[in-house]
Amino acid sequence: MGTHHYNLSEQFEFTGKVKILSIVGIVIGLATIAYGLMGDHVSHERTYANLLLMGYYFACVCMSATFFLAIQFVAQAGWSASILRVPQAMAKNLPIAALILIVITGLGLYTHNLYHHWHAEGLTDPNSPHYDSLIAGKAVFLNVPFFMIRQVVFMGSYAIFAHFITKWSYNEDLTGGLTSYNKSFKYSCIFLVIYGFTTPIFAFDNIMSLEAHWFSTMFGWYNFASMWVSTLAIIAIVIILLRKAGYMSWVNNSHLHNLGQFIFGFSIFWTYVWFAQFLLIYYANMSEETVYFHKRFNSYEFWFYLNIVLNFLTPLLLLMDRDNKRSENLLLTVSIIVVCGHWVDYYQMIMPGIFEFGTKDGSGFGILELGIAAGFVGLFTYTVLSALSKKPLVAKNHPFLQESLNHHL
Amino acid sequence: MSNIKYILGSFGDPDEMLTGIKKLQDNNISIYDVYTPMPIHGIEAKLGVKRSRLDIAAFFFGITGTITMLTGVYLATAVDWPVNIGGKTHFAFPDFVPITFELTILFCAFGLVGSYYASTHLFPGRAPRVMDLRATDDRFVIAIDAKQNAEHDKIDELLKSAGALEVKHNERKYISYE
Repeated sequence: MGTHHYNLSEQFEFTGKVKILSIVGIVIGLATIAYGLMGDHVSHERTYANLLLMGYYFACVCMSATFFLAIQFVAQAGWSASILRVPQAMAKNLPIAALILIVITGLGLYTHNLYHHWHAEGLTDPNSPHYDSLIAGKAVFLNVPFFMIRQVVFMGSYAIFAHFITKWSYNEDLTGGLTSYNKSFKYSCIFLVIYGFTTPIFAFDNIMSLEAHWFSTMFGWYNFASMWVSTLAIIAIVIILLRKAGYMSWVNNSHLHNLGQFIFGFSIFWTYVWFAQFLLIYYANMSEETVYFHKRFNSYEFWFYLNIVLNFLTPLLLLMDRDNKRSENLLLTVSIIVVCGHWVDYYQMIMPGIFEFGTKDGSGFGILELGIAAGFVGLFTYTVLSALSKKPLVAKNHPFLQESLNHHL
Repeated sequence: MSNIKYILGSFGDPDEMLTGIKKLQDNNISIYDVYTPMPIHGIEAKLGVKRSRLDIAAFFFGITGTITMLTGVYLATAVDWPVNIGGKTHFAFPDFVPITFELTILFCAFGLVGSYYASTHLFPGRAPRVMDLRATDDRFVIAIDAKQNAEHDKIDELLKSAGALEVKHNERKYISYE
């Protein structure tokens, strides 16, 4: 065991260029939303679709950061003890992210810009000319009050666990001992059970119900893989950028190696779930199922293939080698590609459900997409870095801290 | 000159063995290899062992499996005996992704097991190559090539001072061929 001289009370200072840029991002986002809402009906729908995309992405990242913390506690992992403050800062923003997503879906339902496939006049009324027997059959589950209750209950329960798991870690800094760790362990176990059972339903609600006739039981796991791997990539990005700014000197190549393995492994897992969903539908070739891929092949072909290139081929080829996983710059590049890749992934999950014929229907890639994405990136940076700057960058009384500081693969 | 081939220092404790390695290295005595009953973290770096090339071998075994399966399935379904299955093209690539994946894994696994046997000379019916039998049980053994390092007394002394329980001068490299 080597000796080391790290400043364990080091604190991140959130000032200067990053702060200004993140605020600029938020302003750009707000301006873009205002611009989108001033336009015609199609422009409204496109704004809401993008808000749903980024709101969902933001909420999923904060949820999965809690999931990361819970996994580390349940596995009693030692390697991650010194980097836990980064996912903690992300988990701490879950209430904000949850509120934003609830407002977006609520307003989307209220203004009929989102989910109009199952929420419109007369869909469930047998005497109405718009009667849709499939939607009527699903109305027990897909109705506005129950949908909103589910949104609030699911994200509320995740946020409660996120709050406690981060709070005990801060208490641990002051008091030490094993009490906080043991409590975190117990609550993490409960959280994982709740999270595992509810995230598929969360994904069904937010994304799959955009095309309410179609369904896939793989969809929940497919979304889980997406949110989990993008969160891992974001954790890696934040840590590497902090290191480049001169913080977290205790993070060594072995920590990056572990994160790289995580990103590599779960990119393959994402591909496996994505492909399992695709292959079954392709092989069975039943029209009520193939309609989903029919839309994506005909009007979103570029996005469909870009999705596989960014989320499967890039991490597969670039992170396969051990040296690449340990290289700061390469891991940063791949993580950024994966984060953008999962934006593309969500894009081709959401857009074809709203604009079936692609650009002919008014979808596309332009100011609205870029502006709203910039707004949420700014919001994420601002909230996460402010949360990070409030506490020391390392949980100094974590029982496995020494193991993490001496981590070597 | 004696016909001693290898000097073996046998330690009862891994920390004492690490001290022994350090003492030998400080005196510029090259270590042939170290045998331990359990993995010792970081010892490869200390001994300057080159990185294993097993991962490169794994990649090529795997890619052989991929190519074999895709070629085989192409010849079978598109060239030799084309059958219309569900109106799909004869060589419907997505259908064969799972089996291609399986064959990649199979070739990779068998190839690596074969490489392992080849590099360690572990074949059925062949006595394993062991320099000191107790290295497989409770002793931590440093092996030094006696032909390359002439100062045998100094080596003995260094090993003893580091805490070696026993120092052997072997005239044969492997003792387990009997």
